[in-house]
Amino acid sequence: MKSLAAFKAALFVLCLVPLARLVFFAFTDRLGANPIEFVLRSLGTWTLTLLLVTLSVTPLRRLTGWNSLIRVRRMLGLFAFFYACLHFLTYAGVDQSFDLSAILADVVKHPYITVGFTCFVLLIPLAATSTNAMQRRLGGRRWQLLHRLIYVIAAGGVVHYLWLVKKDITQPLLYGLVLAVLLGLRLWWRRQPARAAFSRPPG
Amino acid sequence: MRIRRSPDILSSEITDQDLYLNRRKFLTVAGVTLGAALVGGKTAPAFSALPPSMAVGESLLAAPSAFPNLRKSPLSASESPNSLRDITTYNNFYEFGTDKADPAQNAHTLVTRPWTVRIDGEVKRAQSVDVATLMRWSPPEERIYRLRCVEAWSMVIPWVGLPLAAIIKHAEPTSRAKYVEFTTLNDPKQMPGQRRGVLDWPYVEGLRMDEAMHPLSILAVGLYGDILPNQNGAPLRLVVPWKYGFKSGKSIVRIRFTEQQPATSWNMAAPGEYGFYANVNPAVDHPRWSQAKERRLGEFTKRPTLPFNGYAEQVASLYSGMDLRKFY
Repeated sequence: MKSLAAFKAALFVLCLVPLARLVFFAFTDRLGANPIEFVLRSLGTWTLTLLLVTLSVTPLRRLTGWNSLIRVRRMLGLFAFFYACLHFLTYAGVDQSFDLSAILADVVKHPYITVGFTCFVLLIPLAATSTNAMQRRLGGRRWQLLHRLIYVIAAGGVVHYLWLVKKDITQPLLYGLVLAVLLGLRLWWRRQPARAAFSRPPG
Repeated sequence: MRIRRSPDILSSEITDQDLYLNRRKFLTVAGVTLGAALVGGKTAPAFSALPPSMAVGESLLAAPSAFPNLRKSPLSASESPNSLRDITTYNNFYEFGTDKADPAQNAHTLVTRPWTVRIDGEVKRAQSVDVATLMRWSPPEERIYRLRCVEAWSMVIPWVGLPLAAIIKHAEPTSRAKYVEFTTLNDPKQMPGQRRGVLDWPYVEGLRMDEAMHPLSILAVGLYGDILPNQNGAPLRLVVPWKYGFKSGKSIVRIRFTEQQPATSWNMAAPGEYGFYANVNPAVDHPRWSQAKERRLGEFTKRPTLPFNGYAEQVASLYSGMDLRKFY
């Protein structure tokens, strides 16, 4: 129990490192010639990374048998939301100077923004229902159904990245590959529930 | 053609005189130091062994400044240029990697001396010339130009450039020449980015003859009064300031005159996104993002993009009667 608390605290600090890095870079003139783009891209890729990390909790539990990992999943998901908020605020506030008509036109006209914005909006109900109380109020089944939205959101995040890249799609494809593995494992396990969980040679 | 300076320049956009002079001083000192190092070092005797045409180019390095008595041009913008650091660390030059920080890291493998350019196609006489010859054909001038990238960022860059029109006249194209094609070096040993098929190498760009002959079109050989850094397209880079940056073929090894419109790299890679003309046009969006505004590097809020990147008065007549939505 104590070791889990320590692990969780360490993970909390670790999740703040990407933000601390940006702040450090900002104060030491390391954000490059286009700092706004640098920060926007960095926050975007960290959002996607944390979504994938959140999605890897279930497969990791299954592979390692370390069931307490479930206790850090909510925190990881909320960190993904935290970076998504920073990413969106950097876009809307810093990049677009809160020019609402420009933002609206961007969301409507440009598919990669449409997808990215949709994913951000879809994250909100997941963050809002992340508390124990909300989970109880919704009931386990409905809550779980709602939170399956994360599969759609993560896939949308990869598409958002893929559609914004000019030509070299290596990076978004890597994220896509990791996502495919994480979702593929779930499908694989689903197809053979008995064997995976309680495999034992027939006596 | 009427040459006009943009009338409405904010005083804040003009480089402070002291800063400007200090920069000159720094560049001169840097040039002297570099020159002294070269002359004083073991490399000096080698210069005399070079063929005469090379020696002209090489001797520039040993001079107090790379380009002494550089002529200023009334075609220069009077906006304050971006810093040398910005201009040399934020580059789209896929031959050295697709990240904008890659070229500054990787371009040192490019050998720019000696360098010859093949001039052929629809010309009276095909020939290979070195950079020094091109500089004799068309003496270098300082040209401070805005650069607008198709990715919606922009810079102001103090190029040292050779007016392209004079070079074309010396190349003596025939009456069949309607276009000029510029080909970048294709050598994966020197250009590590070419080991991946991100684009169909070599990089090819092209202009219509009247665009190439326009007084604004130059072949850049320098930056901030000094030799052009490799990551900016050394030793020879096309600069056409009213077009998106990707039209600027870099490290050019071939200039070919053609009757047909050349097949250009980005246009072939994504014809729906990058046209042959690629004139800066705030009214025609890239299919995936808006072109209405741009971020001038160093500025916080975006500024509106101007038609033809602010050079409409000089170049719009080249396209009269053309549907610029169709010929984007």
